[in-house]
Amino acid sequence: MPERLFGASIKRREDPRFIIGKGTYVDDVRVPGTTYAAFVRSPHAHARISRIDASAAKKLKGVLAVYTGKDLVAGGMKPIPTGWLIANMKIPAHNPLAVDRARYMGDAVAVVIAESPYVARDAAELLEVDYEPLPAVADPAKALERGAPAVHDEAPDNVCFRWQLGDKAATDKAFSGAAKVVKQSFRNHRLIPNAIEPRSALASANPGTGEVTLWVTSQNPHVHRLIMAAFVLGLPEHKLRVISPDVGGGFGSKIFIYPEECVVTWASRALSRPVKWTAERRESFLADAHGRDHYSDAEMALSADGRILGLRVKTVANMGAYLSLFAPCIPTYLYGTLLAGAYQTPTIHVEVTAVFTHTTPVDAYRGAGRPEATYLLERMVDLSAAELGMDPLEIRRKNFIPKEKFPYQTPVALLYDSGNYAGALDKALESFDYPAFRKEQDQARKRGRYLGVGFSTYVEACGLAPSQVVGSLGAQAGLYESATVRVHPTGKVSVFTGSHSHGQGHETTFAQVASDELQLPIEDIEIVHGDTGQVPFGMGSYGSRSAAVGATALYMGTQKIKEKAKKIAAHLLEANEADVVYEGGKFSVKGSPARFKTFGDIALMAYLAHSMPKNLEPGLEAISFFDPGNFVFPFGTHVCVVEVVRDTGEVKVLRYLAVDDLGRVINPMIVDGMVHGGVAQGVSQALWEHAEYDENGQLITGSFMNYAMPHADDLPSIQVGRTETPTPVNPLGVKGAGETGTIASTAAVANAVMDAISPLGIRHIDMPLTPGRIWEALRGH
Amino acid sequence: MSSISINVNGVAETRDVEPRMLLVHFLRDALGLTGTHVGCDTSQCGACTVLLDGAAVKSCSLFAVQVEGRSVTTIEGLAQDGKLHPVQQAFWDQHGLQCGFCTPGMILSACELLARNPSPSETEIRAGLEGNFCRCTGYNNIVKAVQQAATAR
Repeated sequence: MPERLFGASIKRREDPRFIIGKGTYVDDVRVPGTTYAAFVRSPHAHARISRIDASAAKKLKGVLAVYTGKDLVAGGMKPIPTGWLIANMKIPAHNPLAVDRARYMGDAVAVVIAESPYVARDAAELLEVDYEPLPAVADPAKALERGAPAVHDEAPDNVCFRWQLGDKAATDKAFSGAAKVVKQSFRNHRLIPNAIEPRSALASANPGTGEVTLWVTSQNPHVHRLIMAAFVLGLPEHKLRVISPDVGGGFGSKIFIYPEECVVTWASRALSRPVKWTAERRESFLADAHGRDHYSDAEMALSADGRILGLRVKTVANMGAYLSLFAPCIPTYLYGTLLAGAYQTPTIHVEVTAVFTHTTPVDAYRGAGRPEATYLLERMVDLSAAELGMDPLEIRRKNFIPKEKFPYQTPVALLYDSGNYAGALDKALESFDYPAFRKEQDQARKRGRYLGVGFSTYVEACGLAPSQVVGSLGAQAGLYESATVRVHPTGKVSVFTGSHSHGQGHETTFAQVASDELQLPIEDIEIVHGDTGQVPFGMGSYGSRSAAVGATALYMGTQKIKEKAKKIAAHLLEANEADVVYEGGKFSVKGSPARFKTFGDIALMAYLAHSMPKNLEPGLEAISFFDPGNFVFPFGTHVCVVEVVRDTGEVKVLRYLAVDDLGRVINPMIVDGMVHGGVAQGVSQALWEHAEYDENGQLITGSFMNYAMPHADDLPSIQVGRTETPTPVNPLGVKGAGETGTIASTAAVANAVMDAISPLGIRHIDMPLTPGRIWEALRGH
Repeated sequence: MSSISINVNGVAETRDVEPRMLLVHFLRDALGLTGTHVGCDTSQCGACTVLLDGAAVKSCSLFAVQVEGRSVTTIEGLAQDGKLHPVQQAFWDQHGLQCGFCTPGMILSACELLARNPSPSETEIRAGLEGNFCRCTGYNNIVKAVQQAATAR
């Protein structure tokens, strides 16, 4: 019997192809006769499209077609829908190519299809578009001002929706009786996801069968198929096959249905030729959904001894120019619901105003709403501690939900299943000598060096999650996951999962679970994902849901396989099913291990069907759908130590320690890697990354030259630790690991920087905490 | 069209190419060596890194005609006789990759770094890889992989 693999850091099974250059990303797919699309994009944030003259472009040798927004509408293309509805929201049409008006810099207005990518770009240059520039607004707070240019006629005040959560009256009452009220405004600035693989789409239509195959960089190919077929293109769903082969990182940005894949699919059918588009990085900056972009006013009510009595938050969230697929749920159900954090805050009220602006649409980016909530809350806790003269850890311990109180109902809708927040903090302090650091900090200050420590004792909700609940909150989808376990006649196994791996390592971790459950060597198990032609259905990977939902579906499928196999084994062993046991890959009658049937014997008989139990169908295959009863709630303590250089404002990250509780861990090596990467993205938001628009809506950080992506020499070595509180929500006890690093880390870094410069009397600086910003703030002190 | 001859992974390859064809497109499209990736086309990300006569270069920033007569090593040419190069092995052993997209360029940059400096410190490794972006790993395990490769050589 193979050793149990759950919990083992086995090396990744997908790596051999990547390290020899034999991965297959969308842009690597070669189909004979492929043509190439180049998009023409508005250079203006807001402009009327008065004329498009394609005559010169069409004359170029090798150009097959030029299409405008009007051509697509005439050709039956429908707008891209939104996948999450909020009461009374405005849903302006999002046409894949702009019709009449461009609404952000980068909004595609036309597409050229040519025999080569070089010719397509030449022709795009030759396309004459007459724009009448119109006033634009990029800043969500300014978009709400009276007289601001309206992005959509149907939302003249630029308000997409207003949403609130929590008991306003009770919260107001808590404030009126509070000994202390701490207030702070925050800007959670805009980010650009920048997966290193640019988005790409290759559509190949077969006019003979009416089928289209679309290779696309998607985190959820079935969602792409459903929405494109049913809503945008009017294609029968069974005639569209979506394949997401190897995908080079997503971080949320490859969840959504974008104009480009809709256009190439439409064009492939129109031309009866394969059509490919691969984004240039400049297009990634302009046309991949961005992340974050909030303004918030927060108030925390406290007792004199530091108990949190209430939290009041008002947030303005930028939606960009159009509603991206899941945009409405990010600043609402993935944000407002997280504002309790790890604390027993008795009452919370949050109001969110979602705003249209002339900017790239904003949607989920790693963490999606939860980093924004965590940053705000963990900063408020530190600010409150400072105002009350308390230690930041003392105030946290005083307000933590104690481990005896789970399941715990928060005042903002969530029911936390499990937790031990003090336990994670204790674990972190085993590796970080806090009193010693404070001494070192004191001594350093005397020498003019500014050291600081920041804590983030976060909770997050992931493993998205109960379909009935999300449906009642506005999701236009269920959030279960499926897995099909197919046992072949030789006893080898293919598992078809609806989860999608774009770096997560499912081909390894899912196989570890299947190997344990089926008691087969991992070499006998193949994990298949990313192809609607092979995988029956799936909701894909985002919201740290693959292990908690997808792997659980797989686990359930293996149980069904074992049940059926046991029936066949009982028949062959002429025994009662109840007496048959499966151990070490062998079925035998309890107490008589010498007489057995191997898993392979049973598989073969299932397909030979020469001797099957009465009324049992041949074959050995099972599909399972897992729809969890709740989210899962990872938590932990992150500790960041920084030095702020007084003269330059530079922040040096001296140490980063992440202690996370992710429940049971399938592959510690892979989980550590995810934490490293997540922390890097959060540290980078806190210190460097910033998508900036000027007052005319021009993206002024539109390339790697001026958008500060972290290099290897910017980041510290990240130290990882864990506690383990299994979740009762799924039989594996696993939570999500993909986003915790990002969710926790911005607050830890910001708190550390503020702690470092606290002797200078500075209370708060908005992120990113660049040398320039810190230097400016320090200049007057 | 210009006729060019380039030695790629030990094989002389002669093709007619447009003068403006980038080296990375020559490798990917003319030769079908799709292990070399394009991540930014502005020479910052390093996904397209190949070795040109042993020096790490960004193949998105060179025309194919510029390397006429020279030798290029791509990720496909690194393993010898079915045996992984120590740097490839180290990336696998140390979980130095997640999505795998930056990996070929990262591995080739690491090869050049180790050729210049066979036993680099962590600081030198981090500085040596500053021409390559990775968005998945936070570089933690990439550094470890380079350290392993350094000791394996």
